Amino acid sequence: MRFMFKTDYEDDIRLFPHSGYLFSYGTLLVLLAIAPFVLSSYIVSQLVFVCIYATVGVGLMILTGFTGQASLGHAAFLAIGAYTAAYLQQFNVPFPVYFLAAGLLTGVIGALVGFPALRLQGIYLVIATISFALIVEEILARWESVTHGNEGMRVKTIQLLGTTVPRDSPAFYFLCLGVLILTIVGTLNLLRSPTGRAFVAIRDSETAARSMGVNVSLYKVKSFAISAAITGFAGCLFAHKLSFISPEMFTLQLSIEFIIVILIGGTFSLHGAVLGAIFIVMIDPFLTYLKDDVPGMVAGVAATLGAGAERAAHIQNSVSAFASANGLKGAIYGIIIVLFVLFEPLGLYGRWLKIKLFFQLFPLYKRATFKRQKIYVKSERYR
Amino acid sequence: MSYFRAENLSLHFGGLKAVDSVSFAVEKGEILSIIGPNGAGKSSIFNLISRIYSPTSGRIFFEDQDITEQPAYGIAKLGIARTFQNIELFENASVLANLLVGRHRHSTTQLWQELLFLPSVRGNEKIHRRRVEQVIEFLDLEPYRDKLISGLPYGVRKVIELARALCTEPKLILLDEPSSGLNVEETDDMSFWIRDMKSELGVTVLMVEHDMTLVNRVSDRVIALNYGRVLAMGTPAEVQEHPDVVAAYLGA
Repeated sequence: MRFMFKTDYEDDIRLFPHSGYLFSYGTLLVLLAIAPFVLSSYIVSQLVFVCIYATVGVGLMILTGFTGQASLGHAAFLAIGAYTAAYLQQFNVPFPVYFLAAGLLTGVIGALVGFPALRLQGIYLVIATISFALIVEEILARWESVTHGNEGMRVKTIQLLGTTVPRDSPAFYFLCLGVLILTIVGTLNLLRSPTGRAFVAIRDSETAARSMGVNVSLYKVKSFAISAAITGFAGCLFAHKLSFISPEMFTLQLSIEFIIVILIGGTFSLHGAVLGAIFIVMIDPFLTYLKDDVPGMVAGVAATLGAGAERAAHIQNSVSAFASANGLKGAIYGIIIVLFVLFEPLGLYGRWLKIKLFFQLFPLYKRATFKRQKIYVKSERYR
Repeated sequence: MSYFRAENLSLHFGGLKAVDSVSFAVEKGEILSIIGPNGAGKSSIFNLISRIYSPTSGRIFFEDQDITEQPAYGIAKLGIARTFQNIELFENASVLANLLVGRHRHSTTQLWQELLFLPSVRGNEKIHRRRVEQVIEFLDLEPYRDKLISGLPYGVRKVIELARALCTEPKLILLDEPSSGLNVEETDDMSFWIRDMKSELGVTVLMVEHDMTLVNRVSDRVIALNYGRVLAMGTPAEVQEHPDVVAAYLGA
């Protein structure tokens, strides 16, 4: 086990507390850098989605994980970013300009959403953000002169520095990875400066934050704006990755996927956003596998267990009907959320920390290390 | 003029007069205690000063400035810090992070500078951390520096609340029952710290307290309240012998 002897304020400030971090993140970066040249294009494409989802996850983590303001409206922010990019692209605006515009416009709209949300907390804030998402969805479908309504919009290939960046090229992968890394670094910078600490203060006790001189309203709006802006940047990349956008892509289900990203990953750390993004991107291949391979497998097992051909075919049909049922995805999301909240509230990153500590302390690891003691003295009277 | 002044301060919840035209003044550099039975309106006065509640009527002045209309965060920026009776710490953050929030009123950097973590931000961070370290040393909190609040015992949390308030470098500090829930040794420590705060850091202290030993030890003056009204004001001995105070505590 490593003991840190702190001799300088830098020891608390720097991003990599010791050389071990540098080594592991360096290795990860090298692996990510060679990934598009060794992995199949399908997996690289999935990695691009991981990057985009993780970027949104970091944005949502700032708002929900660190400022404590739940949002089920991030699909709308993603949509605003995507449509801003697609709209500006029609006028031959260069990529860097409309990329920035997508983020900034979404940030401004995020701030505007933040103002009415100031007076809302908990479940009411969730309802407000859902309504915002529904409004945006409706506007996208009706404002046909700009969004082409339900016909959707085609998004042309990125033109950057005089070359084209096709959506399945390694260059596009590096672009998304770069945006993700910049987002993470920016967020980490924020978290080690007064603004980030003010966010955490608001999450844990608004009254105390106020008494320490934090302008709670201002910082909530800031948090909304930053979170939305990051999601807007991701939306621009999302549009390019799909090359076609329409209102029905930005539904409540997508917002729930983003919540799952941070909930499954672990709501207290940026690692969680990335781990959650990997998890959520893997659900679609898993569903395809469930649809295509599992029914045949189940029938095969039934046949070997002595079921007749007719019975086996019947089993195969019913399993396949179950696997391709409409709402299965939603049901799976629901089950995942419930199970994680009950059994792993710290998420995948929390599990990783536990595994790490188990080996660091072996054989002295105690389960109770991560148990939070419930304190009953905290009064509710200021709320 | 007095350093801090409350004039005819009232707080009514419907028909209930939690605070009923209370006036008092705090001189610079003194320790003033507010005592009174449960529900006398002591904490309500604190919540009025730190603007968690808005007064029904009356005015509050600090350094000859009317602060009645200031927002809660503005009060802290003026240099009035407070602790809470029931501990309002940032549970899921480290002690260090909690104390650094106390430095918030001294932060001058802009959001975009912080996103890039420019040298100015880094420099300010070091100044904040040096100040916080001084408070940690003052209150002997070194062993808990990097611990999460949620794992700490009550007595330590109480000290951390005091530390967080001191990190704002306050001119006036409001202590809401600093010794509640503390054992005898911890209360002793607390009384030394309160006196040191006055003598070494030059902080003016306004304190709500039930423990009369602590009140007698540290206070320069005492105010006794009951049913939202001032019963008596004066030195600890005077107030304790005042017939109205005796009646309020023991019954007439």
